[in-house]
Amino acid sequence: MNSEQQYIELFGQCEAMICKHSAEVLNAPRTKAFADFKQQGFPTRKVEDYKYTDVSKLFAPDYGLNLNRLDIPVNPYDAFRCDVPNMSTALYFVVNDSFYKGDKGQVDKQARNGTVCSPSTRQLVNSSAGNGVLMGSLKEMAEQYPELVAKYYGKLADTSKDAVVALNTMLAQDGVFLYVPRNVIVEKPIQLVNILRADVNFMVNRRVLIILEEGAQVRLLACDHTMDNVDFLSTQVVEVYVGERAVFDFYELEESHTSTVRFSHLYVKQEADSNVLLNGMTLTNGITRNTTQVTLAGEQAEINLCGMAIADKEQHVDNHTFIDHAVPNCRSNELYKYVLDERATGAFAGLVLVRPDAQHTSSQQTNRNLCATREARMYTQPQLEIYADDVKCSHGATVGQLDESALFYMRQRGISEKEARLLLMFAFVNEVIDTIRLDALRDRLHYLVEKRFRGEIGKCQGCTMCK
Amino acid sequence: MDKYKTDSKEQMQAGHSTPLPWEGQGEGAGDSTVLIEIKDLHASINGKEILKGINLTIREGEVHALMGQNGAGKSTLSNVLVGHPAYEVTKGSVTFNGKDLLAMSPEERAHEGIFLSFQHPVEIPGVSMVNFMRTAVNEQRKYKGLPALSASEFLKLMREKRAIVELDGKLANRSVNEGFSGGEKKRNEIFQMAMLEPTFAILDETDSGLDVDALRIVAEGFNKLRTPQTSAMVITHYQRLLDYLKPDIVHVLLNGRIVKTGGPDLAQEIESRGFDWIKKEVNE
Repeated sequence: MNSEQQYIELFGQCEAMICKHSAEVLNAPRTKAFADFKQQGFPTRKVEDYKYTDVSKLFAPDYGLNLNRLDIPVNPYDAFRCDVPNMSTALYFVVNDSFYKGDKGQVDKQARNGTVCSPSTRQLVNSSAGNGVLMGSLKEMAEQYPELVAKYYGKLADTSKDAVVALNTMLAQDGVFLYVPRNVIVEKPIQLVNILRADVNFMVNRRVLIILEEGAQVRLLACDHTMDNVDFLSTQVVEVYVGERAVFDFYELEESHTSTVRFSHLYVKQEADSNVLLNGMTLTNGITRNTTQVTLAGEQAEINLCGMAIADKEQHVDNHTFIDHAVPNCRSNELYKYVLDERATGAFAGLVLVRPDAQHTSSQQTNRNLCATREARMYTQPQLEIYADDVKCSHGATVGQLDESALFYMRQRGISEKEARLLLMFAFVNEVIDTIRLDALRDRLHYLVEKRFRGEIGKCQGCTMCK
Repeated sequence: MDKYKTDSKEQMQAGHSTPLPWEGQGEGAGDSTVLIEIKDLHASINGKEILKGINLTIREGEVHALMGQNGAGKSTLSNVLVGHPAYEVTKGSVTFNGKDLLAMSPEERAHEGIFLSFQHPVEIPGVSMVNFMRTAVNEQRKYKGLPALSASEFLKLMREKRAIVELDGKLANRSVNEGFSGGEKKRNEIFQMAMLEPTFAILDETDSGLDVDALRIVAEGFNKLRTPQTSAMVITHYQRLLDYLKPDIVHVLLNGRIVKTGGPDLAQEIESRGFDWIKKEVNE
């Protein structure tokens, strides 16, 4: 049986159940998504975009799904206690694909302690109540604000171009919705802790929709964790609309375990004068494929797209990025760095497209990689397609080893070889960490990365700011 | 000048009636302790033999100058002494404080008190000077069984030592050597020496690329750091650094061997006459 077949049968048998436990807005595109999925099938490795990640094989095993939306017992507050109070965030949990509402008493207590925000999910986020910011379950928001959600849902994530996106659109029942109205500045960073929790091998299809109206500003940190020692397969589709002059910082941190497979698709559309920072960091994982597509649709928009991966054992990290300079006078800066140890593999493919009208584009793409062993493999493919003649674009990629002369220099000063290697590896990825525009998060990442390199993150114990 | 002439195979054993300071290299000569003793040292890089039998003894408190043309093996000797992995010792021995130096890793040699001021200090982007030095100082303290310095103790120490070479505080906050001028890099080497307080310092062309003022600051900085126990091997092409450092003994290295050893006036003679006359003397 093909890998596709079990999903086709699943949808055929369970479509009614899937729809029943979701919202109308999310149900609307399922039929088309199903047709697109059947028509495409999973990409083989002959498909250029998925050359380094074998999709079909990863979707082949039999995973459980929670289509009936049964409650899975979990208390994330126990698992993720806040003991780094340096940065106060509005903290939310998503268990698998469900927005966690939790035990009211406990959550209220935490809210009073200032470690989490008001629990009841609807209108919160900011201290100034009534600013119209919405943060909560996508399903519930889609029921309550169908017109708002329908206007944006599924418009960027094209199901006819990617089978995994089609599959997610077919099956996703819930997820996260964030809406920041015009000119509202959300002061407190929002932290979203995604927890994978199951007693059997499990598949999760999560959907995220983020809307920043013109002049809005928000900073979001999402971190992925696995709580149980079973196999997880997660698909995630995130759509982000950034209005004129809006500012959006999005940090994604993966700290999952080695038997987690993650497929993430992040779509961002930016209007004029908007400024977006995306930083995707893979600290621990199993197999990860992140697809990021950014469309610069309004002039003077700026995207800073960064990422890093630290991988060892048999970990695999594949980042696929596409920046579309659709209009003139936009800027894009892209920086990805990988440190691969043991038998880890990494892949990076980055396309920057400068369309014929996009004069005065400024674009820079850099991918640098360290392979610490002979067995580690890095595949990198920077690509630049320019159809305008008055632009400033550059790209570069390197794969190398640690600088031997720097290692020796440090050893001559009495620093052990092991410590010297660690210092050089920190230094290498620090460039990516230093792009973080939140001081407390940046400091925390320095700490986490150091622990990671020292092999002290054996088990996921929490996330960036709540450990 | 005959009395300075040494046979490369039996150097420093010439029997003069009046012992000269640079001749006190044999058993029992001099009162001070032998710090480093190099015997018949041969070393190669990529299979090519560069050092062809070096014999050299340095005592506590002595400053030796090592001169010679490019390619003579001066930097190779310093690299071999600090344990650079690219060089292979094929023959000979080096004892340091009575211990077998060649058996030690580069970091152990550093902990034992050997410091090399690099001819070309390495830039290490992303590693801050503070972090780098704190790691180095604390690893050395660990080796000596001392507790690590606290952050404030360490910063105080940095401030004190920085003043010795007039190193700008801003540089200390930057990545190691990154974007430093040639002079700043050399000053930074002496600053690191001040932090680590070695007993044996090798200055490999520390004067190259320095203007007159920077040379004075670096050399005076080095002199301030000297104690009666500090020894040094100074590699240079020029007299002006030696004017500050006042070496006790001057060696000339030619084709992988020490072919001539003398007092400070040997360096002055080389400054005015070059090396050709020495080559003729030893028929090379």
